[in-house]
Amino acid sequence: VHEYSIASSILDTALAHARRRDARRVVGLELRIGELSGVEVPLLEKAWSLVRERSACEGVDLTVRTVAAVFRCRDCGLAVDRGAVLTCQRCGGRARMEAGDELVLDRIEMEVA
Amino acid sequence: MCDVCGCGDPAIVSEDLHHRILADNDRVAAHNRDHFARRGMLALNLMGSPGAGKTALLEATRRAAPDLRLAALSGDLATENDAKRLEAADVPARTITTGTACHLDAAMVHHALHDWPAASADVFVIENVGNLVCPADFPLGAERRVVVISTTEGDDTVRKHPLIFRDADVCVVNKVDLAGPVGVDVDVIERDFRTMNGHAPFIRTNAKTGEGVDALMDALLDQ
Repeated sequence: VHEYSIASSILDTALAHARRRDARRVVGLELRIGELSGVEVPLLEKAWSLVRERSACEGVDLTVRTVAAVFRCRDCGLAVDRGAVLTCQRCGGRARMEAGDELVLDRIEMEVA
Repeated sequence: MCDVCGCGDPAIVSEDLHHRILADNDRVAAHNRDHFARRGMLALNLMGSPGAGKTALLEATRRAAPDLRLAALSGDLATENDAKRLEAADVPARTITTGTACHLDAAMVHHALHDWPAASADVFVIENVGNLVCPADFPLGAERRVVVISTTEGDDTVRKHPLIFRDADVCVVNKVDLAGPVGVDVDVIERDFRTMNGHAPFIRTNAKTGEGVDALMDALLDQ
């Protein structure tokens, strides 16, 4: 249940930005979450609904964009299927994940006076 | 205020942030990494399932390499058992009591290092809370991540917990002597591991007898 730690980090970041802009409140938050980031979005939303209470983010839902995992050979760049052995079919090189572990607060919307 | 007519209505502004959510943890982890590097210590983040044999492998390492200067920081929800076992095995050790927290984070390690810098170790092991899920997202500033599982958990452990294995620098399967009795094929575990991780050594051990511990030390010290 590390989603609580992550929800708290989102709140800290959002409130810091809101303070910097002297915002009255936050009205929108957009996240980018990789399919293999280790975060379960429903659990994160549940944790978020608790941590946002009585803060400038109260009532704000998270808008989540998920990113699919992509694996690619480190040597020749050939894509390797998810779930396949991570060895390149073409050159035998080792593949690594290129996308899918994102955990990013992309955008914040605030109401300013 | 509204920019269009100055009517006093609140205006909505949006900002692109592209802020990594766990950037704070990463910043403290970098500080910890610097702490270890300045002291010439090889720091390990030892993760694994509860009961896989993380502490037993450290005890076995002590037996296999009596001259290696080892120290350990053990994360535990409620007890100091692991640190006590390690101290009894002549490995200086302290506990981070996490209460209900399911993982260590960089700040907990940083705080513990303030009280106990363990400046004389060659290898400094941070023994994470027994858990194959949550620790994966929280780098601690260790040079290498070691993930330990055991045969008695079944041969689908890697398949069930892909994330932690993806970022492992070494994967250890312990209790290989029990694979036969519990009907587990370690080759299946290795094949699953290779679908998540193309580069890290895969090492089979029996911490009770010390089998595989030399290979583990080679993998850790030679990388």
